[in-house]
Amino acid sequence: MTHYSAWSIVRNGLSGNRGWTRAWRDPAPKPAYDVVIVGGGGHGLATAFYLAKEHSLRNIAVIEKGWLGGGNTGRNTTIVRSNYMIPGNTMFYERSMRMWENLSQELNFNVMMSQRGQFHLGHSPAQMDGLRRRGNVMRAHDIDSELMDRAEVMRRLPYLDYSEKARYPIYGAMFQGRAGTARHDAVAWGYARAADRLGVDIIQQCEVTGYLRDGERICGVETTRGPIRAGKVGLAVAGHTSLLAAKAGLRLPIETHALQAFVTEPIKPFIDHVISSGAAHFYISQSDKGGLVLGGDLDGYNSYAQRGGLPEVEHTLASAMALIPSLSRLRLLRHWAGVMDMTMDGSPIIAKTPIEGLYLNGGWCYGGFKATPASGWCFAHTIATDTPHDDNARFTLSRFERGTQIDEKAAGPQPNMQ
Amino acid sequence: MIRLDCPVCGHRDETEFAYLGDATVRRPDPSITDPGTWADFVFLRDNPRGAHCEYWQHVMGCREWLIVNRNTATHQIDSCQLARSVFAGEATMAASS
Repeated sequence: MTHYSAWSIVRNGLSGNRGWTRAWRDPAPKPAYDVVIVGGGGHGLATAFYLAKEHSLRNIAVIEKGWLGGGNTGRNTTIVRSNYMIPGNTMFYERSMRMWENLSQELNFNVMMSQRGQFHLGHSPAQMDGLRRRGNVMRAHDIDSELMDRAEVMRRLPYLDYSEKARYPIYGAMFQGRAGTARHDAVAWGYARAADRLGVDIIQQCEVTGYLRDGERICGVETTRGPIRAGKVGLAVAGHTSLLAAKAGLRLPIETHALQAFVTEPIKPFIDHVISSGAAHFYISQSDKGGLVLGGDLDGYNSYAQRGGLPEVEHTLASAMALIPSLSRLRLLRHWAGVMDMTMDGSPIIAKTPIEGLYLNGGWCYGGFKATPASGWCFAHTIATDTPHDDNARFTLSRFERGTQIDEKAAGPQPNMQ
Repeated sequence: MIRLDCPVCGHRDETEFAYLGDATVRRPDPSITDPGTWADFVFLRDNPRGAHCEYWQHVMGCREWLIVNRNTATHQIDSCQLARSVFAGEATMAASS
């Protein structure tokens, strides 16, 4: 495996680009591993990478039903931010942000991290009070956050609807300058290549159909390519967590819901930042290719269909039009849906399960992409040491029955409202 | 667009309805004091891929609560009944057994 550098680009360019080698191997599964991670998305690959890098485990496999990054890693709106208020979330997402800032160097793979800043708009005096409170909590944790008034937002984002009759009047915004976007596919590929270089076997086209048991303990997985024994099994299959947990006899505080995203035809540079709105529940940014990437709410009913319904298309585009009227003549190029693990409090789970040998990473709701580095890092810590790190200590399964939910949105146990 | 065949109003678009979720979840007997039973009721769901029995309410129509059997992978609707008639049927069966 070659190290990527400016020199390797020049050298391969001069030799007609015939010298590039595979970025990772395609091994057949071995009969046994120390740790098997189920799910070859960003979270699973990151977990394998940090198990190898931070905990010196070498005998690790990542098993993926389809292809790498083909699930929610390839279906999100690529936004990275750390503007959470509730204890448990705040420092976890900030750990992730700090890891994002150095991720391209750590992986020797350009994840195209672009810290273009995020404006979270406030549409009423009460929302501005809420944003001020959230921003103060962030600043108390040494996380950057600025509160901007209407005049400042008008100066920075002149294309929003500031008219008298605006559907969503702009009172101001909370701005996080370190937030931004990253290239979603590159995150999966970068972690895959880096994990592979540390000896992790990445096995694609291999579906887990059940578990191997030693008494109560789980000691491996049954797959479409035969049984694979494992000292520990970690699930990182958000969207389908309930199904794989059910095979082990676990019921979870999760419902699966479809969330849609959209890309317009490419245009010249227009939206320089990430813009989101809590009132419209809407978010938009512009990709490096020029397409506007936008998204909205869940479809609202349980769904494993990786496609969305038309009412949410209308709602999202109406929100876009209401906030940025100049989008009205743009055409949509693509739209798609991913299926989310929606938990009963809107926060994720990174924990040991009650079943010995089985570890769970899931419940990412809307927010899995930005969490990828910290999720992998914390899950690797939990698997390797059998204890959670401080930053994921509150993401337990038992928090629901103990009444210590992390309900950032205060929506209660109603997953389609989270 | 999902269209539900409301027993009162006929075929209507999903935008007229509100969704509540799994209709197989039933409130435990109030005399049960085991917190685990109540935690299961409030938080845990089967979340199947395929046949799903669920509550919808026709909020923009007759305001009746409905029990719908829908496939969560294909969105095919197999049945749509008034919740009160389903409950009445269950009560009759329970009384006669």
